[in-house]
Amino acid sequence: MNGAAALALGRRFVRSFGLPRIIIALFLLSLFILAPIAGVNVGTSLSDTLNRFGMNAIMVLAMVPMIHSGCGLNFGLPLGIIAGLLGATISLQVNIPGPTSFYLAILFCTPFALILGWGYGELLNRVKGGEMMIATYVGFSSVAFMCIMWLLLPFSNPTMVWGFSGTGLRTTISVEGYYLHALNNLLAIRLTPHLVIPTGMLLFFAFFAFIIWAFLHTKTGTAMTAVGSNPIFARASGINVDRIRTLSVVMSTWLGAVGILVYQQSFGFIQLYMGPFYMALPAVSAILIGGASVNKASILNVIVGTFLFQGIVTMTPSVMNSMIHTDMSEVIRIVVSNGMILYALTRKTEAVR
Amino acid sequence: MTLKATKGQRVLRFMANNTVPILFLIICAFGIPLSGYSANYLISEIIVRLVRNSFLIVSLLIPILAGMGLNFGMTLGAMAGQVGLIFISDWGIVGIPGMVLAMVISTPISMLLGWWCGKILNMAKGREMVTSYIIGFFMNGIYQLVVLYGMGPVIPIRNKALVLPRGYGIRNTVNLIGIRKALDNLIAVRIGTVPIPVATFVLIALLCLFVLWFKKTKLGQDMRAVGQDMEVARAAGIPVEHTRIVSIIISTVFAGYGMIIYLQNIGTLNTYNSHMQIGMFSVAALLVGGATVAKANIRNVFLGVILFHLMFIVSPMAGKNLIGQAQLGEYFRVFVSYGVITISLVLYEMRKKREQALAGLTLAAAQEVEA
Repeated sequence: MNGAAALALGRRFVRSFGLPRIIIALFLLSLFILAPIAGVNVGTSLSDTLNRFGMNAIMVLAMVPMIHSGCGLNFGLPLGIIAGLLGATISLQVNIPGPTSFYLAILFCTPFALILGWGYGELLNRVKGGEMMIATYVGFSSVAFMCIMWLLLPFSNPTMVWGFSGTGLRTTISVEGYYLHALNNLLAIRLTPHLVIPTGMLLFFAFFAFIIWAFLHTKTGTAMTAVGSNPIFARASGINVDRIRTLSVVMSTWLGAVGILVYQQSFGFIQLYMGPFYMALPAVSAILIGGASVNKASILNVIVGTFLFQGIVTMTPSVMNSMIHTDMSEVIRIVVSNGMILYALTRKTEAVR
Repeated sequence: MTLKATKGQRVLRFMANNTVPILFLIICAFGIPLSGYSANYLISEIIVRLVRNSFLIVSLLIPILAGMGLNFGMTLGAMAGQVGLIFISDWGIVGIPGMVLAMVISTPISMLLGWWCGKILNMAKGREMVTSYIIGFFMNGIYQLVVLYGMGPVIPIRNKALVLPRGYGIRNTVNLIGIRKALDNLIAVRIGTVPIPVATFVLIALLCLFVLWFKKTKLGQDMRAVGQDMEVARAAGIPVEHTRIVSIIISTVFAGYGMIIYLQNIGTLNTYNSHMQIGMFSVAALLVGGATVAKANIRNVFLGVILFHLMFIVSPMAGKNLIGQAQLGEYFRVFVSYGVITISLVLYEMRKKREQALAGLTLAAAQEVEA
């Protein structure tokens, strides 16, 4: 009797949390348990995981507005990243050293994000129902277009351009001396020599997460959710569906731009050319691992998903390497992340247009 | 009230329906003189590209017929073909028998993968393209697991030249010297200085005939019905799910054969890269030929290969002569490939919407007359 009740409870838990999520969480847990046995320092792993969480979380957060307004998963994240890269390169061109350059980069990327996001939003309004495939290719073609631009744009800061020709940006640009660890070192708490908590970066994410959360509870935010769950009903109740959708796309694009800047300040390099090409997939699968679906996402999904995904990405190489002396982490990452996207795409969802 | 198109509207519609090929004609018209290549060189290059790519692109036609859009899952077939090629290289079987054996090996793998892909696409109706695209990525992970880790310890590979120095896994490049141009040189004819691999063209022609014949069979007609309206087809007693799966299986098997033909022309196999780009290039070429997500025929395939690869051949040189950087031309052609797919997808979605609106207007007009 008791067993049956426990089983029912367990089944309800599995259904609400989702089987793939449980498998992934258990996998990550087992990695953390195996880590000391394999001789991997748990403190370092945990601090790496936290660090990568902070690096990627805002890009994952960028998925939320578009999912809410029914535009689906933002496979066009590279467009936002491009805006961020423009902000970063202009900030370096202005050549103000130190963490100030980080805030300048955010300032400079904003107009690009707004303009590109607006255009992207208008485009997606014309292709309702086919957003995801088109978003993917908008991302790809914008990255390819910017490859041409990085060669031609008149940047001149010697840390950025190719040394021998003096024109054309390098493929990777170091942000050392500018905003390297601008957020990582902000209020960082060093618990043990191995375990560092990047407080500033986590607070930065928390700030944005709070803003998005608060926004979704305003009148416009509620309208956005309404558009996502039933566009016809939303229009009947006097909401301008296209305008709300465009707004959500602009928000997603801008968050993507800020997200890549946060990523860069921790990673230490600006990756141009084909760098942003596949950056949408990890963000998409992270939010799906966190429990979001194609038309439903919350801030909690972002936090759980980013932690699980980045945890696996950080832990598998180190643990696997010391256990079986083979680095299969790349394969595991590909299978887990794309498997998760497939799982989400094949779920029956109510708002199919 | 009738809705008849005037002559001006008809011209506009022709332009709108053929935007992508017209755009490409313009790009090529500018690019060819800029590149400074001779006509002879361009023709022989185009023939090479036709030989390489046509078979792969024809494999995309049948899922379009069944209304499943562009089958980005053709990479699955390409992987199966590559597995076949790895095996025959290991066993040292050369020439035409080697190619045939590779095809025989690839067939069951392609069928299994295609069946699985079709099953998944049936669970994701309405977003087949993005799903098949992700399936390609997912299977790439499995492919790496098998080829990079499984081949050696689990699947025996005897030929040491194929295996990585660490003792298991296939090397990044496999030399296909045994079957290099085996099919192309079977019946080689020369017109002027341009070599023409007749045997490969015969094979491609046979495939085209098969596709034309297939469209007329019961199964082909079923697919067309499913592609037009799934619910109506179901009501007419057509097993919709089954038909869709069959279309994907056929496409995957042909993609596997196409990949073998493609690689015998190139002569080396990039074990972990060859299959990844093939889906994108094939889709782009088909769209350049004037196909849409819902409608494609054999004419689109050949026009597409010619226009797309003409752009591909001339753009680095044109970029170099125009701005002094070959790199620029290379980025340009990547941009154009993706841009073409984007434009075609957007135009398709917009046209679909416009047709729905037009159908609504016609219906409203008809009802007005009745009332």
